[in-house]
Amino acid sequence: MSLEKLQLEHIPLEYQVYLGLFRNVANADFLHKQLLSRNSEFEYAFIDASTIISRIHLLSAVYSAINSLLNGSLRTPNVHSEIVMSLNTNNNISDAYRRWGITPGKTRDLVVVKVILPPNSTANQNLSQTQTPDEQTIYGHLEQHVQGTPTPVTDEELAQTTDWAKVRKYYRLNGIQSLDKISDEREKRKQCESLVIVGMALRGL
Amino acid sequence: MANSMLACLSQDQPFPLPKVLTHWSSAPATLITQGAEGRLYKTTHLLPSRPCALKYRPPKPYRHPILDARLTKARLASEAKVLERCRREGVPVPAVYAIDAAAGWMMIEWIEGIPVRVGINTWLGERVDTEENEEGEQPAERGDNDNAAAPLVDLMKRIGATIGALHKTGIVHGDLTTSNMMLKPASPVEEIQPNGHPETENKAKALQGDVILIDFGLATQSQSDEDRAVDLYVLERAFASTHPRAEKLFDAVLQAYKETFTKASSVLVRLEDVRMRGRKRSMLG
Repeated sequence: MSLEKLQLEHIPLEYQVYLGLFRNVANADFLHKQLLSRNSEFEYAFIDASTIISRIHLLSAVYSAINSLLNGSLRTPNVHSEIVMSLNTNNNISDAYRRWGITPGKTRDLVVVKVILPPNSTANQNLSQTQTPDEQTIYGHLEQHVQGTPTPVTDEELAQTTDWAKVRKYYRLNGIQSLDKISDEREKRKQCESLVIVGMALRGL
Repeated sequence: MANSMLACLSQDQPFPLPKVLTHWSSAPATLITQGAEGRLYKTTHLLPSRPCALKYRPPKPYRHPILDARLTKARLASEAKVLERCRREGVPVPAVYAIDAAAGWMMIEWIEGIPVRVGINTWLGERVDTEENEEGEQPAERGDNDNAAAPLVDLMKRIGATIGALHKTGIVHGDLTTSNMMLKPASPVEEIQPNGHPETENKAKALQGDVILIDFGLATQSQSDEDRAVDLYVLERAFASTHPRAEKLFDAVLQAYKETFTKASSVLVRLEDVRMRGRKRSMLG
C-alpha cells in the first residue's frame, strides 16, 4: 500500500499530487494539533472524508488550489490549506476548516493530499521544505503518524464514507426539485456532483 | 518534452494561448471557435478522460485594465451563475467545471454531438436528394407532407419544450439560434434499430438526441413577456434565415413552448407585437 501519484491536466509537470485515504483514524486530535501549531512536518491537506463525494470532487478542489498558487492568488497560508478552502462555496476560511478539515473527536475517515512544489518556485519561499521528498518518505511519515487503515482513494471507497446529510447542507442541495425527481440513484449522484462542483467554482463570485 | 511539443503547436495557433493552456496537459487544446467576446477551446478537465470546453475572454487592450478586469469577471460570473441556476432547475445546459475570473476563463462540460443547425440541414439536405430523385417535387411543397416531416416536427417540439423550461426558471437566453443548441446523442440503449435503409437511418439520426442549450454569454434574468417574446422572435428569425424550408414548422416550437410553460400565452401575444416592429422596442441605436 502506498500513496497514489497523480498528474492533473493543466498543472506544470514539476507539481506532483499525492492522494491517500485512511479509514477509522484514531488520532484525529493529534493530527489537528499539528496543523494548529503549524508543524512544518505536517504540510498536508487533511480532509474529512465524510464531506467528499467522489474523486472528481476532490480533484476539483486540488486543481483550484494549485491554480491559485500558480496565479499567486492564495487566500490561505499555503496550497494545502487552500485545498480545504477550495471545497467551500464561500470565502469563510474558518468555516471551511471546520466543515471540510480534520475535526478532533469527529473525523473518522481522512483524505490526505500532498502537493510537492518545484524546489525553486517562488511560491515555495515561505515553506520549509528544502528538498523534494519522494513518495516513500511521504508515505512513511504518514504511516508513522496517522493511526488508520490505508485505503485506495477510489470512488467506491469515497462513496462509502460520504455523509450525504452534511454534503447536502454544505452545498445547498436540499429542496431541489429537479434532483428529487431523478429516480436512478447513479444519475442522481452525478447531478449532485455537478452541482457541488459548480458551487465550488462559483466561490467568491 | 511535452512542454516543447505544446510550444511548437502553439506557433500554429492563430492566437496566443491563455496562460492556463500553456501548462502541461495530456493533449494540446484545440481552438473550436472565435466569437466577438472570446474564444472557445476544447481541452480536458483534471483527467485526460474528462473533455471540457474552455471559454476564454482575452483582455481588451483598448480598455482601461481595471475596468477590463472588472467587466470580464462580471460577465464570466453572470454566465456561470445562469448555468448553475439552469442546472439546479433541471434545464439541460453544460455543467460548470472551474472558473478563474481573474484570468478570464471558465471550463464547462464538453457536449458531444452536433449543433441543431447541422442536424436540421443534414436532414433537409438528404430529403432534397431522395425526394427530388424519386418524385421531382418542388422544395416549397415539402413541409405539407406531415408524415415525412414528423422527425423534424418532433425536434421542433423538443426545442420548444426546452425553451419553455428555460423561461420558467426566470432566465432568457438572449441569443437563441440553432447554432446555440446542441443535439447530444442519447445513451446508447436508445439508439435506433437499423432498418436496412441506410438513408432513412442517417436522416433519423441527424435529428436524434437531447436538446442542450449552450452559450449563455448574453443571458439575463428576466420574467418579462417582452424579453421572453424577443427570445422566441430571435429564434424564429434565425430559423427563417438558416432553414428557410423548415420555417413553416416553427409553430411546433411555439406549441410545445405553450404546453411546457404556463405563462406562455401572454408571451405569445407579445410575440405578435414583436413580429410587427422587430427586436428593438425603442427606435434608438
